[in-house]
Amino acid sequence: MDIMELDLLPIEDADQAPKRIGRARLTLRRFLRNKLAVFGLCGIVLLILIAIFGPMLTGWSFDDRDKLSPLKPPNSSHWLGTTQVGRDMLALTLRGMSRSLIIGFAAATLSTLLSSVVGTASAYFGGWVERVLLWITDLMLVIPTMLIIGVLMRGGVSGDLAWVLLALLLGLFGWMTTGRVVRSLTLSLKNREYVLAAKYMGLPAWRIILRHILPNISSLMIVDLTLGVGYAVLGETGLSFLGLGVQAPDVSLGTLISEGAVLVPTYNWVFLAPSVVLVFLVFCINSVGDGVRDALDPSSQSGGVVGGKPRRGKGREDVPAKGTGLPGGIGQAGGATTMSEDNTPQGGAQ
Amino acid sequence: MSGYIIRRVLNYVVLLFIACSFAYLLASSFLNPYSVYFGRQPPVDPDVIENIMRGCNLSHEVSLWERYTTWLTKIFTEWDWGCSPLRVSVNEQIGVRMWVSLRLVLIGTLGGVIVGVLVGAWTATRQYRVSDRVYTGLSLLVICTPSFVLGIVLQILAIKANDAMGVRFFEFVGEKGVVGDYPLAELVDRLQHLLLPTIVLVLLTAASLSRIQRNLMLDSLGADYVRTARAKGLPKSQAVMKHALRTALIPTGTYVAFTVATMFTGATYTERVFSFPGMGQYAVQTILAMDVNGIAATTAFAGVCVVCGAILSDIVVAILDPRVRLG
Amino acid sequence: MSLLSVRDLNVTFPSEAGDVLAVRGISFDLERGRTMALVGESGSGKSVTSLAIMGLHPDLVTISGSITLDGEELLGKSDAEMSKIRGNRIAMVFQDPLSALTPVYPVGNQIVETILIHNPGTTKRDAWNRAVELLTIVGIPDAAERARAFPFEFSGGMRQRVMIAMAMANQPDIIIADEPTTALDVTIQAQVLEVLQRAQAETGAAMILITHDLGVVAGYADEVTVMYAGRPVEQGTIGDVFYHPAMPYTIGLLGTVPRLDHKSGDPLPMLEGNPPDVVHLPPGCPFVPRCPMAAPQCEQVEPELTAVGEGHTAACVRLSDVVGRAHTEIFRPPPLERTSLAAVPRADRDTVLELAGLHKHFPLLKGALYRRQVGVVKAVDGIDLDVKVGETLGLVGESGSGKSTTLLEILELLKPQRGRIMVLGRDTAALTKAERRAMRKDVQVVFQDPMAAVDPRMPVFDIIAEPLQEFGWKKAEVEARVFELLGLVGLRPEHADRFPQHFSGGQRQRIGIARALALSPSVLVLDEPVSALDVSIQAGVINLLEALQHKLHLSYVIVAHDLAVIRHISDRVAVMYLGSIVEIGDVNTVYDTPVHPYTQALISAIPIPDPDVERARQRIVLEGDLPSPSDPPTGCKFSSRCPKLALLAPAQQVQCQAEAPALEQIGEGDHQAACHFAEVLKVF
Repeated sequence: MDIMELDLLPIEDADQAPKRIGRARLTLRRFLRNKLAVFGLCGIVLLILIAIFGPMLTGWSFDDRDKLSPLKPPNSSHWLGTTQVGRDMLALTLRGMSRSLIIGFAAATLSTLLSSVVGTASAYFGGWVERVLLWITDLMLVIPTMLIIGVLMRGGVSGDLAWVLLALLLGLFGWMTTGRVVRSLTLSLKNREYVLAAKYMGLPAWRIILRHILPNISSLMIVDLTLGVGYAVLGETGLSFLGLGVQAPDVSLGTLISEGAVLVPTYNWVFLAPSVVLVFLVFCINSVGDGVRDALDPSSQSGGVVGGKPRRGKGREDVPAKGTGLPGGIGQAGGATTMSEDNTPQGGAQ
Repeated sequence: MSGYIIRRVLNYVVLLFIACSFAYLLASSFLNPYSVYFGRQPPVDPDVIENIMRGCNLSHEVSLWERYTTWLTKIFTEWDWGCSPLRVSVNEQIGVRMWVSLRLVLIGTLGGVIVGVLVGAWTATRQYRVSDRVYTGLSLLVICTPSFVLGIVLQILAIKANDAMGVRFFEFVGEKGVVGDYPLAELVDRLQHLLLPTIVLVLLTAASLSRIQRNLMLDSLGADYVRTARAKGLPKSQAVMKHALRTALIPTGTYVAFTVATMFTGATYTERVFSFPGMGQYAVQTILAMDVNGIAATTAFAGVCVVCGAILSDIVVAILDPRVRLG
Repeated sequence: MSLLSVRDLNVTFPSEAGDVLAVRGISFDLERGRTMALVGESGSGKSVTSLAIMGLHPDLVTISGSITLDGEELLGKSDAEMSKIRGNRIAMVFQDPLSALTPVYPVGNQIVETILIHNPGTTKRDAWNRAVELLTIVGIPDAAERARAFPFEFSGGMRQRVMIAMAMANQPDIIIADEPTTALDVTIQAQVLEVLQRAQAETGAAMILITHDLGVVAGYADEVTVMYAGRPVEQGTIGDVFYHPAMPYTIGLLGTVPRLDHKSGDPLPMLEGNPPDVVHLPPGCPFVPRCPMAAPQCEQVEPELTAVGEGHTAACVRLSDVVGRAHTEIFRPPPLERTSLAAVPRADRDTVLELAGLHKHFPLLKGALYRRQVGVVKAVDGIDLDVKVGETLGLVGESGSGKSTTLLEILELLKPQRGRIMVLGRDTAALTKAERRAMRKDVQVVFQDPMAAVDPRMPVFDIIAEPLQEFGWKKAEVEARVFELLGLVGLRPEHADRFPQHFSGGQRQRIGIARALALSPSVLVLDEPVSALDVSIQAGVINLLEALQHKLHLSYVIVAHDLAVIRHISDRVAVMYLGSIVEIGDVNTVYDTPVHPYTQALISAIPIPDPDVERARQRIVLEGDLPSPSDPPTGCKFSSRCPKLALLAPAQQVQCQAEAPALEQIGEGDHQAACHFAEVLKVF
């Protein structure tokens, strides 16, 4: 026996059934103990509510132009001031925020789906499937994805639907790092005894993946989805800031910040309102993501002080491996989006 | 061994070739270089435009395949990566900007790495204390702040500081400005211009690296061999420094090696905010300027950086980890 | 004054579910040069006790009581003060030598570090020389050279020797060995135990030996403390505890272990149930739920240790009723309904599985950064065997001998690289895809690790129903069958809705067995089915497997490293070495009259949980590790380690090293061996 195993003892004999805590409740309890994560969750819920109901309260629509009051600082009519052409900053920020959120969620969902399909398939089937998928992954890591997205955005759909294309592209180009992690997890699950047992029972491969592999990496996928939303929001705002994302007359937090940047330092409010919202939004998403990861990861430190030293060994499979190089591949160490700084999408293996 | 290395390099070359071709073909079919000359006053004669386009191998009257092969031939025979629709040579641009980026990125990343590793390792040993929580919160905040927001905020602060001091100490436009006539004036000027963007890069690198380092440290603090080290009589602090930190540096090393290489083109937003004429800014400009050749060349450059990063991180891990070196 | 004196030690640490009372009031004295064994199942508080003595618990852990070393109180000392004692006066050998050595430093440096911390005056050169000397003492060949090697360049046994060298470095007064051989093969275990004894003799240290292996205890300990649910339940000399156990738990523990030295043929006595949850302990004796002797008064107060004899104490309210009874009187073996097949001689039974000249070679890959093939691992290198209906064949050998690979080859039901696999008379090479899928019904598997063998995300019903649904059973039939299977393996219908995490290891193994039986297979392949279970749980699973075999006429192919389990459960046994069978035959014949030197060494390496027998045995300790299966010795593969080789004439030695022996009939009965100079040797 080992001290590290002791806190696992409460789940023992099914016959005795004292006060036993289920996995879901345990996870919830660990999550709730993380104050930052709870704060983040409240923040996101609040932001979403504001994004939905806020426009009804402001009195201005985001495309209204109050020609009489351009570049006015915050006042009783325009709570957050106005832009050069007299658009209401509050309405614009709300609109931009909901745009950024929708794009973030859509892109993260897409890339999580892609990474789980590619990751599990390449690891489980092996052989040429694996070689082809890994090669594609390597190729996409070599290509500076932000540049390609930029080109496609510049030459592709313009106007109101540009954001759909942007969300699609962010999703299509954002799965590689997680795909690799999923692959390495699947590789370790593949030789788990229950997976072998299913195989020797005669289950076809796709059913084994669906029933036995995906459910067992679901916690990674949940974490990836949450953090992916943060990355996607940063990616979207970054591209929009550069003028390669959401197109006028549509607005996102990125376009607003870009607009505000040229007016700094004289007209701070045009820059500050969307920036503060953006930072707050990403902060909330990331703290929820971290909180979920720590709550799901039995070996995590941040789950709380209770339990003492971390347990080692098994149970770590739910955590993305921090990359020491796998043989022969490209860039496990970081993401490889070469046009982004390390806090924009796919950058930094965190 | 050598066979393996050759195979791997060959694979990289193929990957790079496909990546560049992909970028070239994509940009050629999606972008319209002619539009650079649209709406000019006075209007430019369409024949003149067509001539320029032909000269730059961008003409839409030539088939895409022919343009592609011409493009390839020029690269392989003359190492000429072409020119922009405004007839600026891509080779020249990259030749200059590369070094501008290097200057910025190397200092920024290395500074960030040192700060990040130290802060990460230190906070890990002080887990749950107030200092740990403060630094962890701060690094999370920096990570959540996009670099362009961080850069602009620094600009605002710099303007305030300049106003308060009455001297233009902080420079935030470009990489060089008006040079005074005192000794080393040029160096001082360059450093002044480097200061703010470097701070941005240091903050960003340090923030994410300190989080990674902290997690790695926490993992290795609980490792059996740290317990062994204490069991043989090392006090806790020594066991941590000699055994836990040394092991936790292995993954950091690979991460850093990779980051340094890819940061070459990685400082897009910082360069953009501070109008720093580096590779990152060039990448954005090529897209905005419909510069097909520039885009393809930037892709190649970025691809080479990724490949170098991958190789570099392998080398670093081999140096740091005997299991890899001798295994 | 005792060297080490522990009084009323309590260790508590917080957990999600509440305070874990890991150790509750242990006391003992340890004298110089003596060895005390701490025995108990997982979670009984053995390791927690040792870490408390070392002062290595994190700050969150509450420790009370007293630990004195030569009269000096250790509890309450600061980290700096304890650092002067750790590694100097008390040294520790940990269980897993793979993770216990820092991967990035050469082993020599790690020993030098130990020396220098406590002897600041020593020069580095002297410390290095001492490290090399220590490595030589623990039996590392070419120590001067190997001291510069990194931990990953050593095998598990060699690493554990390094750990022991490190523990010896400063001539400690006490060496604590925490499951020092659990992760090792039996042959390596014998080597390491010998080294540990040498270390103790060399330093004159007292030793605390923490283990769950009663055989190891029988061979090496002077005194024994048996722990249950964080409490000592019996303390005494080795003779007292093994020959006059007084606490029912100790009696059960000793009685339920199958014996290596004889075969009863009857079911094992069973110690049913599981150790209690140390977070929510009910009042009274924690052993009550499992104790056949439990009476109402047992549930009132937890009994204290009371004297049974001179220096022998036990914690039981009903001592007077328990002492003197045979273990089978207390723990009754379940009845076994024997199959009608037993009467049919082997030759007249149908063959269900036949392997002929089976080969399985893997490419040997090396390198962490880039993988390259450096050779071929001949994991299975031409084996022949057959299994008749209702029969159990045991496969034994060290890890790397090819046992598990053989099982996986059978389970794949594919055309082997070379040779032939026949299942129920059909060649697997000739099967179509659909036929192969249909044949999976006939060959099913039970795995080692009950934690990993069932999908943690599925309720028990779905786990057992999965193969049925896969083969198109109707919903109502599936339901009926699942409940039938639950009953068959001794689980209750209401268990169907629970998730695997709510079950103990033994129960999970039953779930795995139920799933394997769902499609009524004829052959069950078992890969270490009980090795991950606590000894008291093993007996139940073994009995279940036996009962099922008799009931369903199953054939088993079973791999286990525990030769006593194999002897108990098998009809025939095959001993494997480097991918080949070196001896095969009736299990009693092979165990009682082994003729191959490897079989002799293997059996001799297993400790027997009987102090008198164990200490009187002649032990054959094999030199070195198993050679790499990619580069086996020429001629007889065992020649590089064969203890008999040195005793042969030079011409005979040449024959061994040049000519690979084939399996040949030995004597009259079912017994074959592959040795040029086969000769019976008594190993008990």
